[in-house]
Amino acid sequence: MTDVPLGHVGPAPAADVEDVELYHPHSWITKYVFSQDAKVIAIQYSLTALSVGLIALVLSWLMRLQLGFPGVFTFIDANAYYQFITMHGMMMVVYVLTALFLGGFGNYLIPLMVGARDMVFPYVNMLSFWIYFLAVLILVASFFAPGGPTGAGWTLYPPQAILSGTPGGQDWGIILMLVSLMVFIIGFTMGGLNYVVTVLQGRARGMTLMRMPLTVWGIFTASFMALLAFPALFVGAVMMLFDRALGTSFFMPAIVEMGQTLDRNGGSPLLFQHLFWFFGHPEVYIVALPAFGIVSDLISTHARRNIFGYRMMVWALLAIGALSFVVWAHHMYVSGMNPYFGFFFATTTLIIAIPTAIKVYNWVLTLWRGDIHLNVPMLFALAFIVTFLNGGLTGLFLGNVVVDVPLSDTMFVVAHFHMVMGVAPILVIFGAIYHWYPKVTGRMLDDTLGKIHFWVTFLGAYLIFFPMHYLGLMGVPRRYYEIGEMSFVPLSAHTLNAFITIVALIVGAVQLLFVFNLFWSLRHGRASGGNPWRATTLEWQTPETPPPHGNWGKEVPTVYRWAYDYSVPGAAEDYIPQNQPGTQSSAGMSHG
Amino acid sequence: MGSILVFLTGLLIVAIWWLSRQGVLSKPWLEQGVAVDFTEKSDLSSSAARTGLAVFLAVVGSLFALFLSAYALRMQLPDWRDVPLPAILWLNTGMLILSSVALQGARKAAREGEEDALKLGLLAAGVTALAFLSGQLLAWRQLNAEGYLLASNSANAFFYVLTGIHGLHLLGGLIALGRTILRAWRGTTPERLQISVGLCATYWHFMLLVWLVLLSVLAGWAGNVIDICRQILS
Repeated sequence: MTDVPLGHVGPAPAADVEDVELYHPHSWITKYVFSQDAKVIAIQYSLTALSVGLIALVLSWLMRLQLGFPGVFTFIDANAYYQFITMHGMMMVVYVLTALFLGGFGNYLIPLMVGARDMVFPYVNMLSFWIYFLAVLILVASFFAPGGPTGAGWTLYPPQAILSGTPGGQDWGIILMLVSLMVFIIGFTMGGLNYVVTVLQGRARGMTLMRMPLTVWGIFTASFMALLAFPALFVGAVMMLFDRALGTSFFMPAIVEMGQTLDRNGGSPLLFQHLFWFFGHPEVYIVALPAFGIVSDLISTHARRNIFGYRMMVWALLAIGALSFVVWAHHMYVSGMNPYFGFFFATTTLIIAIPTAIKVYNWVLTLWRGDIHLNVPMLFALAFIVTFLNGGLTGLFLGNVVVDVPLSDTMFVVAHFHMVMGVAPILVIFGAIYHWYPKVTGRMLDDTLGKIHFWVTFLGAYLIFFPMHYLGLMGVPRRYYEIGEMSFVPLSAHTLNAFITIVALIVGAVQLLFVFNLFWSLRHGRASGGNPWRATTLEWQTPETPPPHGNWGKEVPTVYRWAYDYSVPGAAEDYIPQNQPGTQSSAGMSHG
Repeated sequence: MGSILVFLTGLLIVAIWWLSRQGVLSKPWLEQGVAVDFTEKSDLSSSAARTGLAVFLAVVGSLFALFLSAYALRMQLPDWRDVPLPAILWLNTGMLILSSVALQGARKAAREGEEDALKLGLLAAGVTALAFLSGQLLAWRQLNAEGYLLASNSANAFFYVLTGIHGLHLLGGLIALGRTILRAWRGTTPERLQISVGLCATYWHFMLLVWLVLLSVLAGWAGNVIDICRQILS
């Protein structure tokens, strides 16, 4: 046992934070529509993102219908299929995952978890949501534009993205997509500034950086990364918009389109790939780091154990954030770049496995001899660990140039990134919604529905994506509208594809059950009380549930300890809230 | 992709230095009570605004570093024809420097509570910044008249895009400056204007720095630096 300085333990006077700084709403419009309350903005972000997610889910159904039963659904022609792929990918990655983790959870949890009354720039925060909403409207508008949405693939590679052979290339599709992305980035920058600065400047008294819950660390690091990475997409979008609308040749090489030589020359399609992936790879971790943080808190709370190796967890988050900026070209192994660069990027890619593995070990060691409560949020958190591990392991294959080159254009890649970037973060989002829903609404989500939702989603995801790895190893290509007759693709592959499609339809349908649960429990859920999970972090210690505007009533909390005092020996309860002043018996005993 | 990596390395060093002062080596599970080194913030809104601006400048810096990375990659291709810089750019540069100096003067005046000097400085900064922007527009017209059209070569396109994006950022700054000027004329005291004027001045210095970097790249002086950056990774 280590000696602990106990001199300064004890109640301290509440910090003097004026209440008048907040803008108090006066009407229904300012309270629920143009609200400056981070919690309302969080709900607006989440509902919008979940709606976009439902659209993207339907798109994936349509794609699977075509892949599973080619030729049966005549309304899905090749153009429509590519439009579905493009919109599904872009919506899920940018407009759902990024917006939900940072805009949704970031807005709700950061002020509550660090003990602030609100974000530091509430007005900018409100603008952030409405600009995001505008970006979504522009994106969805492209479904109704002449020529439909762009079908360039979610990576929007030029030159094909802006040529007439691609759906939307010479119509409105690609323009609306690029404009929507630019608007999204502007809106996100406003939000991201808020998340970062609130963590830096808005923390309650006693809340040092190293006392912050890992959820906040994850969202904070990811927001900072997003602020630096999204400009790359912005630059790419501006330049492609110029190429498409004003006839410049940033990305357009000399090219013949439909038998006609275009008035372009010398542009570099590779330049776009560099810019896109300079954003694209950090984006993977912009989604993953908040998930890492949230999972750490879920596991610690529901296993009633302090997180193992808290400092290591923080350092690993930061290391992953920094490293993710120097691996982008592993998405470009087949672009014909210098083999030495391939070697460099393979090395950095594999190095990321180290901090990531540290995190996985620490989660498992947190569970070790924990008092594991297998409730719905915990089930999702455990499923995340397994799924992320699975997806990460296939990442080790694809990170190596010689393995990547033959696999790059196959379903193996689709399976890999859906495991690691699709299923894994979505599992965390579900777990987090089941975990924090009581704080948002004051009621629990229905447990039986939750368990059905979990098991069908979890097992279904594996039934969908495990066989897909196998298809990829057989050489079944991705991006193809239909496989047709290829000598190396046996008939069984078609049967497998049909099977995957049926499972995908079922898993998709179960998500509707989840949506039903969200609305049904709003009225009929069991009343939860302020702290149903008996958790230590500040958001569970608010005087009222759901917390009103301003969060804390008269006094903002003062923080006396870290976020993970679970099952402290000698303590009266198996958890000690962060704002509880010190007790003699518990000091220094909690290190696991 | 050299210049963005150089920029991010700089940010990384700042971040490591900052983190090392934030107790990331501490053992939070052993420490209780209100942390000893926690300094009370005297004025939350001003420090939040300063931090916000600093983070925003990091974003803007990253945006321009990425444009320069793209520039460095694109200029190696054989169709590249350099743009002769219009002479008016030198006058514009002078205007932007004057603008920055004027705002620095205004910041000092605000600190010392001299109301007239503050108003003068703010107004001079606004006028010179507007002169810079109109000068940039004249430079565009001049290039256009000489046949350096946007679509005819990527060097031209980069010139228009880089100066345009820089101009837009300065225009955004002018909105903030305009609001500060209005407040000064409506009788807000120099002490209460201190934060706004300080933020404007910082932003102006940063945009001046960005402009000087852009100018040196567009004029081709930065060729050697770009070569080095390119060799880091391209």
